Amino acid sequence: MSLLSVENLVVRHGLLQAVRGVSFNVERGETLALVGANGAGKTTLLRAIAGAHPPAAGRVLLDGADLAGVPSHRRVGMGIALVPEGRKLFVQMTVEENLLLGRTARRPGDWSVDRVLEMFPNLKPRRHARTGHLSGGEQQATAIGRALMSNPDVLLLDEVSLGLSPAIVDRVYAALQGLIASGTTIILVEQDLNRALAVSDRVICMLEGRVALEGPSKEVSRDEVTKAYFGLHRKSGNVPA
Amino acid sequence: MSNQIIQGILLGGYYALIACGLSFMFSVMRIINLAHGSLAVFAAFALWLLASRFHVPPFLGLLIVLPLMAAIGWALQRFLLERSARGGALLPILTTFGLAIVIDNMLFEQFGADTRSLAPYIGSLSYDSWEWPGGIYVGKLAVIMFATAVILLGGLQLFLTRTRLGRSIRATSEDPDTAGLVGVDARRANAIAAAIAMVTVGLAGAFLGMRATFDPYAGAPQLLFAFEAAVIGGAGSLWGTLIGGIVLALAQTLGAQVHPQGFLIGGHAVFLVVLFVRLSTSGLGLRGLLRLPSRSAP
Repeated sequence: MSLLSVENLVVRHGLLQAVRGVSFNVERGETLALVGANGAGKTTLLRAIAGAHPPAAGRVLLDGADLAGVPSHRRVGMGIALVPEGRKLFVQMTVEENLLLGRTARRPGDWSVDRVLEMFPNLKPRRHARTGHLSGGEQQATAIGRALMSNPDVLLLDEVSLGLSPAIVDRVYAALQGLIASGTTIILVEQDLNRALAVSDRVICMLEGRVALEGPSKEVSRDEVTKAYFGLHRKSGNVPA
Repeated sequence: MSNQIIQGILLGGYYALIACGLSFMFSVMRIINLAHGSLAVFAAFALWLLASRFHVPPFLGLLIVLPLMAAIGWALQRFLLERSARGGALLPILTTFGLAIVIDNMLFEQFGADTRSLAPYIGSLSYDSWEWPGGIYVGKLAVIMFATAVILLGGLQLFLTRTRLGRSIRATSEDPDTAGLVGVDARRANAIAAAIAMVTVGLAGAFLGMRATFDPYAGAPQLLFAFEAAVIGGAGSLWGTLIGGIVLALAQTLGAQVHPQGFLIGGHAVFLVVLFVRLSTSGLGLRGLLRLPSRSAP
């Protein structure tokens, strides 16, 4: 059984249908990359999986259990953690306090403040600094660390490289490689296609709320993804849009 | 003169006590509770009822009334404020305004217009005093009130910064959506915060009844004092609330020195001066006025 299943998920923002009948499975230990243009529905999809946005139709299953009506804070307890787009740190609070908040759900596991600081050494001297005063890279590290503190089974990463310098992105992805190697299941949204394909086992390209392309990252070509990204594949008729 | 200043500072303890719940509720839940004073008077009446009818001394009665106030706070948030908050920022204010009217008139219907006090039930504590060096006499009750305010504000500060629940409440006040995403039950955090606020209101009501008299419509002036102290101290800052209370009380005491009827005017004058200074230095708008920290990440 898949660790996480999404079945015909439809999510609306008022009248706007952001996600239109998306289905996919994620196996334990797999890394799935979600790519797509702005407005393709990636962030909304992740928020719906995390329980922050109730779907209009369809189901999300974790280990076979339907998550309908389960609020976000309880999903954290069940093992889903989201690193939200724009980091969304509690800026009035310190790095340590943000990390400790990640432990609110009290899931057993071996993530601790010290282990996060080991993973992101750049946070060590900022441990007691308010996160509003941190650099972008330090904020992103805190946001990832906060999600890890809940010892998740599935980690959802929404544009972790947004607004960061290339050197910092390299550092964040080096840390992610460690996580992937340790068998954490990850769904990540990434704008940098090369990076998304390099780090993931499977890739899903979304277009206007639908899955335009799905395949193993090693087998799909950059060209195919680019076509799906811009909707050029429709002409060739591969996938009904 | 030093006598007046000391008495003023001690009175500030009472104002800090009554402003504490208002400031806490505003900073954590973004709700200006206009029923604040009425709820304090309600607590005072509950203690009075226990004392006069069942011979429960007020300090013992707190063991019953404070849990009752906590339950009221919880229910208030769950069934009234949470629902009204969905209708926009203005609706909770109107709701609490209506609640104040309901409480005032309910108390009037039950207890009539008579003025009551808890002073007869606390023995000599209502008039006992200590002599401090320099021949200054301070009321025992005033000192107890001041100490309670300091302990309460300090305790709340420690609770918010050092405990898991306190961090959850702060996270919820900063960003309820993200709080949910890290595992915080935002509804529960807000309900607990409301319960805590109401416990402080219960304490303030007890001291209101012990140090002075109250009647069913005594809530509005208490709300005014609480509001002035909270705004002077910068609403949302707990230690600022203590300073705000002291500044308000000192202004009232000095006002009374200038003219026998200057007590209230002195307080209002300082409140208005602080208000205008804040308005002119921080740009217009309620957010800047109340020194509200920004909600969103930079």
